[in-house]
This record gives sequence, C-alpha cells and structure tokens, in this order.
Amino acid sequence: MQSSPYVLGRTHLPIIMLKVLLALVPAIVVDVWLFGPAILVSLALASAGALTFEAIALALRGRSVVGGLMDGSALVTAWLLALSIPSIAPWWLTLVGVFFAIVVAKHLYGGLGNNIFNPAMVGYAVLIVSFPVPMTHWAAPLSLAGQSLDLHDAILWIFGNHLPDNQTLDAISSATPLDTLRTQLKLHHTVEAIRTMPGFGHFGGTGSEYVALAYLAGGLYLLADRIITWQIPLALIGSLAAMSAIFWLIDPSAWASPMFHLAAGGTMLGAFFIATDPVTAATTPRGKLLYGACIGLLIWLIREFGAYPDGVAFGVLLMNIAVPLIDSWTQPPPYGHKGTPA
Amino acid sequence: MKRQLSHFHGGVHPADHKSESSGRAIAIAPIPPQLIVPVRQHMGEPARPCVQPGDRVLKGQIIAHAEGYVSVAVHAPTSGTVTAIEDRPVAHPSGLNDTSIVIEPDGQDLWTTRTPTDWRNMPPSSLRNILRDMGIAGLGGAVFPTWIKLNPGRREKIPLLLLNGGECEPWITCDDLLMRERADGILQGAAIMQYLLGADEIIVGIEDNKPEAIAAMQTAASKCRHPVDVVGIPTLYPSGGAKQLIKVITGREVPSGGRSTDVGVATFNVGTAFAVHRAINHGEPMISRVVTVTGNVAVPQNHEVLLGTPMQELVRLAGDTAEPVSGYIMGGPMMGFDIPDISAPVVKATNCVLVKSVSLFPPPPPAQECIRCTRCADACPAELQPQELYWFSRSQHFDKAVAYSLFDCIECGCCSHVCPSHIPLVHYYRYAKSEISATRQAEKAANHARERHESRLARLERDEQERAARLAQRSGAKTSGDDARQSAIQAAMERARANQAESTE
Repeated sequence: MQSSPYVLGRTHLPIIMLKVLLALVPAIVVDVWLFGPAILVSLALASAGALTFEAIALALRGRSVVGGLMDGSALVTAWLLALSIPSIAPWWLTLVGVFFAIVVAKHLYGGLGNNIFNPAMVGYAVLIVSFPVPMTHWAAPLSLAGQSLDLHDAILWIFGNHLPDNQTLDAISSATPLDTLRTQLKLHHTVEAIRTMPGFGHFGGTGSEYVALAYLAGGLYLLADRIITWQIPLALIGSLAAMSAIFWLIDPSAWASPMFHLAAGGTMLGAFFIATDPVTAATTPRGKLLYGACIGLLIWLIREFGAYPDGVAFGVLLMNIAVPLIDSWTQPPPYGHKGTPA
Repeated sequence: MKRQLSHFHGGVHPADHKSESSGRAIAIAPIPPQLIVPVRQHMGEPARPCVQPGDRVLKGQIIAHAEGYVSVAVHAPTSGTVTAIEDRPVAHPSGLNDTSIVIEPDGQDLWTTRTPTDWRNMPPSSLRNILRDMGIAGLGGAVFPTWIKLNPGRREKIPLLLLNGGECEPWITCDDLLMRERADGILQGAAIMQYLLGADEIIVGIEDNKPEAIAAMQTAASKCRHPVDVVGIPTLYPSGGAKQLIKVITGREVPSGGRSTDVGVATFNVGTAFAVHRAINHGEPMISRVVTVTGNVAVPQNHEVLLGTPMQELVRLAGDTAEPVSGYIMGGPMMGFDIPDISAPVVKATNCVLVKSVSLFPPPPPAQECIRCTRCADACPAELQPQELYWFSRSQHFDKAVAYSLFDCIECGCCSHVCPSHIPLVHYYRYAKSEISATRQAEKAANHARERHESRLARLERDEQERAARLAQRSGAKTSGDDARQSAIQAAMERARANQAESTE
C-alpha cells in the first residue's frame, strides 16, 4: 500500500543530470572553437567508458543496470573528468581516469549517493599523480599553434599515438598558463613579464579565459534553474578572490591577480560543477559556505605553494573528507528550537 | 489596517484541485440504511458505550460517555435502534477494526431534547463540561477534545484565538464551503471560545486561494459585536498546519515539544468553531460534519454527512466516472491515508473522501538513490534536514534521528513531494517514529517490571529481617540483655537500608 503524499513534484533525478550536461555545452562549444575538435573525441571516449564501467559495476552489484544508467550520473562524471584533463590525452589515460572515478570512487563506496569523494576528481587525482607527463600536454590554442588537428587527426592521435607527418606534439600542445606562471616565477620573472608571454590572454589564458566565461554562464543557468544553490560557488570564488587579492595588493609582481586566479585553470568548472556535486558536498546552508570557502582557500594555497599547478581537485577531495564534520557542526535549528541554545 | 504577516520556511505548491468540488453548495447526505458509530473518534480514551443492543435511541442522544480526562462523548446521529456493539472496520492507517455502535435508523430522524445554553451566564468549567458531553473534538484532523484546549489552565487567559481556515491540502474544500455558507455560525462559536479562553483577539487565517470564503467571513465579521480580523494568507502548503499558521500570523514559533498556548495562541479549525456554536446555542451535539467527496467521481461535492455513514454511501452519491477506481484516500493527497475497506464509516476526523484513479494519482516511479541535493531541506516547514533523517532512519540509527529532531517532523509530505529520486521519505520517518516509540514503551515496561521485582525482593528481605529482629528481641530479653539485641536490630536495619538504596537506583 502506498502512503502519503500521493502527489509528487515534477523534478526527476535524470532531468537534473541532463541539465548539468546541458550547462556544460556552452563551454564545450567554445573549447571546440578555440582549441579544435579533440575535446569531442575525449568526451565521447569518456562517456562510452563510463557507461560501460557503470553497467558492469551495476551488474556485479546486482542492481538494475538500465535504471542505474538512466539516472545520468555516470555521464556527468565522465564529462567532468574529460573536461578536467587534456583533450588530447591518449585513450588509455582517459579510461584509467574513468575507471577510478566510476568503479573505485563510486561503486566501491556503495554507488550513487554513497560515495564520499567526488568521482571525477578521484579520477583526475589518480592520473595527475600516476601520469604527470601526459597530464601536462594540453591542446594549444588554435590562435597560437602553428598547426592543428582536425577531427580525423585527433582520433588518430588519441587512439593511435600517431600525428600527421608535418606535426609534432610540441607544436600542437602547450603548458597551461598556471603551469607557465609557476615555472617562470621560480626563475624570478615578474608576473607582469610572464603575463606578456604567449599563452596569456586578456585576463586568463589565451582561449581558456573564454571557456571559463562559458562555464560561468552555464553555472549561472544552473543557479537560475535551482539545480545548484549559490552558497558553494559564491564562497569558493569569494575566498579564492579574497586570498589572491590580499597578496596581489601587497606585491603584484610576485603574486597572480584575483582575476587571473578566477579565469585560469579549473576555477569556474570547479566552482559551479564540481564543488557543487551534492553527494559529496556539505548540505546545510552555513556548511556549504564553509565548504566552498575552504576549497577556494585550498585552491589558492596549492596553486601558490603546492606541488601542482592547479588545486581544484585536491581542494575538493580534501574538503570531501571534512563534509560529515561540517554538516554536523552547522545543523540549522529546526522550527521551535530557536529560543533555546542548542 | 493591513496585518504584517510573517512566513514559514519551505513549503510547496502542489496543484490544488479545489475548483472540482468548490463550485457546488453543501448537500445534505441522506440517512444511510445503517450507521456505524465508532466509540474512538477523538484523540485520547475511547468513549464508554451506555446503550445496549435493542435499545431505541433518539437523534443526539448520548450513546457513549466520555471516559477519563482526554475524551468526549459520542451521540446517536439519528433516531433508531441499536443493533450491535461490535468491532467494525474503521478508517485508520493501521487497517484494524474498532468498537462501534451499530444503529439501524427508523427514518423519523427524531431529536432528543435540545437545550440551548445561556453561555454568557455560565461558569467556564460547566461550559467546558457541556462541550465534552456534546462530543466536540477538533475537526481539522487531530480530533483533540476541544473542551480541554479551551481551558487556559494555570494561565490567566490565552491572548489570541486563531481560527484556522487555511485548508491547504489539495482537493479538500469542506472548510471553504463552510466559511462561505455558515460564516455567522463560525463566528458565534468563536465568541464562545473567546469567552472561555479570555482571549483579547480573534483572527481568522484563510489561504488567499479562497476569496469567496474570505469575503463571506469578512461580511460576517463586520456584523460581529466583538472585533474579528479575517486575514488572507499566501497560498503555500502547509500553511494550514497549526504551527505554520501561527508563524505566519504572529511571527512566533511554538517551542519544540510545547503547545501553541506557550506562545499565547489557541488554534481551532473553523469547523470546530461552528460545532461549538451548534452545541451551545442550539443544543445540538456533534453528529454530523461536512465532508468533501472528490477525485475520480462524477459529481465532486461537499456533503453534510451523519457521522457513522459508510463512506461507500458517499462514493455512490458522487457517482462513477468512466475511469476505474484505483483506491480511496481519507483526507488529502499530502497527508491522508489509504482506506482499504470503503465500508468504514465517516468519523469526526473525516474531512475528505478522495477517490483515486491511475491518471489522477499515478503510482510513484521506483525510488532512486538519495543524492543529498537538499531540495527536501529547502521545502521542510519544520526546518529539518530530511536527507539526514532519511539516512539515519534507513540505517536504523534511531538515536541520531532523535538528535536530529525526528519528532519535530509534522509528516506534511513536502520532502517526499519534491524529492527528485522519489524516495518515500515520510514513510521512513513514520517507520522510525513507530520503532522508537515501541522501544520506549518496551523500556518503560521493562523498567516497571524491574522495579516491581526489586521492591518485592526488598519486601521479602525486610520481612525476613523484621522476623530476625523480633526473634533477637525475644531471645535477647530472655538472656543476655540489651547489647546483643541492639546490634541485631542495627544490623537488620542496615541491611534494609542497603536494599532500599539498591532498589531505588
């Protein structure tokens, strides 16, 4: 027998996931336009891998395979991972990342809703620790690269490690601006001088600054459609901007500007799409603010002092650990409990 | 002067489906061939039958007396003959049967003597006893004995009398129609309630999707000698919940585990006020109520129904549609419950009989995993964290569920309604609450048994010692004298004390 309520609202889990995918589309379009079509290959590869691993894991766990695939969560994980790693990464790199994301981070912890760590970021972390070299070969912006890969070339390269005769890996790839900044600062160049080097754009990296804007647009759509709440993105962006602003104001030649921090690397993708993964994020309103702010702080610390050029993945993963504590610290008082101290 | 309204956290906007039944006037349902009157229609102790099978009864005659404190009387809804007092199916989520007085109407509908009460010249306690014997219980759903709620108790008075015309459940329109058609009576009942509570102020809160009811009540209020403020409140489920309505009207929150009187408010359903009016000013006990019959029926409508009328009679009155019936709900779709046996009678709590069809109430899709999206927390009017309560209830961490205020859940259904994974959250909370209550009951019983066992041991020990002391006294008196006797008594008393301390631990 069914129990009340007998009427359900119109929000369905697969629709939420679909809207997250939809919100990523502008950034993918901009990426294709400015960096070439390789990202489409890596998205397709990651999606196929994720759905396959998801189906196998569901079957092994005795769950409904169709029901699990239909929730759309595996596709979201696949896309977030593919967008976090170089689009021209070899096929096995993407698949190893997807395997760790779907099978290890998600299903070994009990499947959707039970995982402690953000699956896409676990996949990313495994790759950057295990295969640091291919993880630094990002597709160069078309405006800078002398040569570029069309769709056919990209498929040959990703699956066959084969480039057209007149092209080299060095020509089609480049380090990220965050990476360049980090290396050049160690060589005692000033930020102003570094920012004039190739690969740096108006406020972020060449090309990637517009991808970041597209992520921002997608994120604002998710906010407007109430798929995500404002607390985590705002706190993350706010704390990263605040930390970088303090040091940039002290010495602009040694510290990157807040604008650069926001536009570079995975800040926007992380703030709106990754840190907001509800399963692994804090749930209370105050907890979300604390969670987002701490991730922003960690991103800044890792970028400025850590061993990796970007800090989104480790910032998110470290704060995933703290979520149960944050949630229990920040429980809001229920109706009728406000007069009495908790 | 426009009243400054507050708002409660969360809430949802389910499709309201009010217009189906609100366009027709209240019809008087015919007397059915048989009336089944349960003795437990109110919260508290069931009433004690005071008639025998074969007795002839008149309309309005007491057939079961209030038993104990939290109780009210039950009356014959029409004149006729008592044919049985036996267990019959009743509308209750448990699906269990309950003691009912079965009456075969004689069709004459003969009243017993009806005596209006001159309430202005009557001490409040006598007036309250009349309401108890008139069987008045809250018609909003909780059916708590009204006479108890109308007692300010240790307080000098309850400053605010709040009449609840929220009626926020979809489909239900019985209060709407009652306010449209019987506004004067409602406010006359409110005057009696105000007298009993010593209230300074009467406010009627009505959701603004009922403009006709608001207008009718305002017209009635303008004719009143005592000031009555009729307030339209924003339509947002569950604004008709007592705690939510109090928040909207006064901005105050009823403390957890407390009563609305703790914030100086007494809240009554508008139907209850009307019933008080009929009882005091006309001498008519609670023998009927307005019931919305709607959903998958040909003619959705409100009926004034004799209590004890089998629900199937109402469903028959409303007529079939082409679509097959997939079930029946008593109450609304947000908080009501399935009635497995439609022969169960209308009782004081029956505000609505909602006939289901698959197209109106499609079966829920299979539940998916909780992704902790906290749409439930955003919708929860009790400001709980439903996703945490779900986790604790499901994993049977009941102590954690209690620590996260499970018992502040009002089971309004907002969380389940918004859940994108279609998890029947309220179902889990009901399960957890009943498990916790059962454990507490068992603990209480075990403690009781332990105490009895220990006090029996202590008593046996004490008897033994007293006997030993008497023996010692006797032998001591004969032989050696005081010393031995004193020490024996001393030792016995110490043992007794030690036992006492142990058993009261």
